Amino acid sequence: MSETAMTRREWLLTDRPQSRLQARLGRAYVAWRRFTANRLAVIGLAIILGLIVLAVFAPVLAPHSPYVGDLANARLMTPGPGHWLGTDDQGRDILSRLIYGSRLTLQVVVLVAVIAAPIGLLVGTVAGYAGGWVDAVLMRITDIFLAFPKLVLALAFVAALGPGIGNAIIAIAITSWPPYARIARAETLTVRNSDYILAVRLMGASPWRIVLRHIMPLCISSLIVRVTLDMAGIILTAAGLGFLGLGAQPPLPEWGAMIASGRRFILDQWWVAAMPGFAILIVSLGFNLLGDGLRDALDPRGSGQ
Amino acid sequence: MSMSETQRPAGRANRRARARLKAVAGFLLVVATTYLGLVAVTFFIGRVVPIDPVLAIVGDRAPARVVERVRLEMGLDLPYYQQFWLYLKGVLQGNFGTSVLTTNPVMTDIRRVFPATMELATVGTVIGAVIGIPLGVLAAVRRGSVADQVVRIVGLIGYSVPIFWLGLLALLVFYARLGWTSGPGRIDVVFEYTFTPITGFYLLDAILARDWAVFRDVLSHIILPASLLGYFSMAYVSRMTRSFMLNELGQEYIVAARAKGLSETRIIWGHALRNAAVPLVTVIALSYAGLLEGSVLTETVFAWPGLGLYITNSLQNADMNAVLGGTIVIGSVFIAINLLSDVLYRMLDPRTRTR
Repeated sequence: MSETAMTRREWLLTDRPQSRLQARLGRAYVAWRRFTANRLAVIGLAIILGLIVLAVFAPVLAPHSPYVGDLANARLMTPGPGHWLGTDDQGRDILSRLIYGSRLTLQVVVLVAVIAAPIGLLVGTVAGYAGGWVDAVLMRITDIFLAFPKLVLALAFVAALGPGIGNAIIAIAITSWPPYARIARAETLTVRNSDYILAVRLMGASPWRIVLRHIMPLCISSLIVRVTLDMAGIILTAAGLGFLGLGAQPPLPEWGAMIASGRRFILDQWWVAAMPGFAILIVSLGFNLLGDGLRDALDPRGSGQ
Repeated sequence: MSMSETQRPAGRANRRARARLKAVAGFLLVVATTYLGLVAVTFFIGRVVPIDPVLAIVGDRAPARVVERVRLEMGLDLPYYQQFWLYLKGVLQGNFGTSVLTTNPVMTDIRRVFPATMELATVGTVIGAVIGIPLGVLAAVRRGSVADQVVRIVGLIGYSVPIFWLGLLALLVFYARLGWTSGPGRIDVVFEYTFTPITGFYLLDAILARDWAVFRDVLSHIILPASLLGYFSMAYVSRMTRSFMLNELGQEYIVAARAKGLSETRIIWGHALRNAAVPLVTVIALSYAGLLEGSVLTETVFAWPGLGLYITNSLQNADMNAVLGGTIVIGSVFIAINLLSDVLYRMLDPRTRTR
């Protein structure tokens, strides 16, 4: 069969890729096929993409201002035309606040991942590659942090640092890196003595170069899965801190804080507290579904269960 | 020949004893370093992070004289390592300082509120296990069926829902609208002064006192928050049960049992679940520890007078001693349960024993 007669699909799935790019695209295609076969995972992906779109285009999509309400005429209005999800006690449109709040949610999730994942990756790969007492000490520290109750520790951190969304992000990041270190170490141990590492070492690569350039990239895919699965927990912790008044401060439209301020009206104007909760539920469900799907697609070993 | 025959078993027994001793020493090292880590982290949070730890404890309205006295009492003029040593000694003696809010020693407060949290978490875990295990078994046995999907979705929602929000909605529906349960709190005001708790576990106390009116009242108070925590525990327990059961049902001894003609019920509940029970014990212990932590937010919503509410109330009033004391206690129990479940697993599963 000549090269030109190949369909795009055959080109992607070929056993003998002609270039590195083709091999990579082929692998990605197989993973994508496996991922899209899982309907729930696709729903999860759609939810997260929707969240990103909402966050990016918030000023265009939001029908009203998230901060300035109509105090005279629009306090605590029932959901209906004009205000699809109702208004809160300051006459602000809840839908608009939720749309703007998606920015805060995304900010928390991304920043925690950007802070915690590299810490875990570095600790895990260094421990796994160095071995010996470095490994023992680093892993003992990891296990100590792993044994702590995360939410309570995050609470104490924020209590000391002072309330605010930045401090909440730091507190959550400090408590969420240990699982990543464990995963990275496990991955490192499996490749540490493989031929290609020995070959690079023989060529005179320094330990740092080996860890940074040749081991870390291999840990990325399992780390992405784990981080995605953790996102739901991160969102819930951030919302919990917001609910306790320790996260984002008013008038920021953070979903957890919105529930807290709607709590006073729960008996008569239930939607003020209920709507932000639905938003949190949908987004963390989306991350859970996406994470499950990614795990099955990227790691066929674990998909049996 | 005869020499070596008598020596060899002795040598092996010796080696085994040494291996066991090493395992115990290793375990003790783990326990010690973990607790030391907990104290170190809370020390860091309480003394190093705040710009002025004295201010965090006495508040900004305290006169300069008090501030200076507290500073000396806390040993803040000493270098950090000496401060840590003093702090560690205090914690080991159960001395977490005095609460600004209640003016009691923090330990006294914690002793008063802790049973409420334990009771809530215990009832929650029981609910979670009693519902979660059968659901997990069902999902595994009918793998891929509608029942399996439903259990999966219910579990996923449990993983994704903010507990404080669900609590608010539950209060709205079951207390305010339907009137099926009692509202926030632990016991009705009517009984507050006639009922004297003995153990601090009100359900148990009511039974001991044979006071069924109180029992009914306490039950109608605890049922909502405990079911809520139970739901979270159930999500975790059912998911793990399903995965353990799938693992067991694929084993050869199940085929052998089927070939022998045993009933399917007997195979599932008598053989497979029995083998899955060992890791399940660990899972239930871990979910219990998780509920102790989860109770912080639940207690806030339900005004449940436990450790979680104590911590959040103290947070709101910048009462750092109380916050850190509560953190250490919850952390200690959490760590203890984690370690115990590990030990329990090793004791229950003969495969993990050292030979």
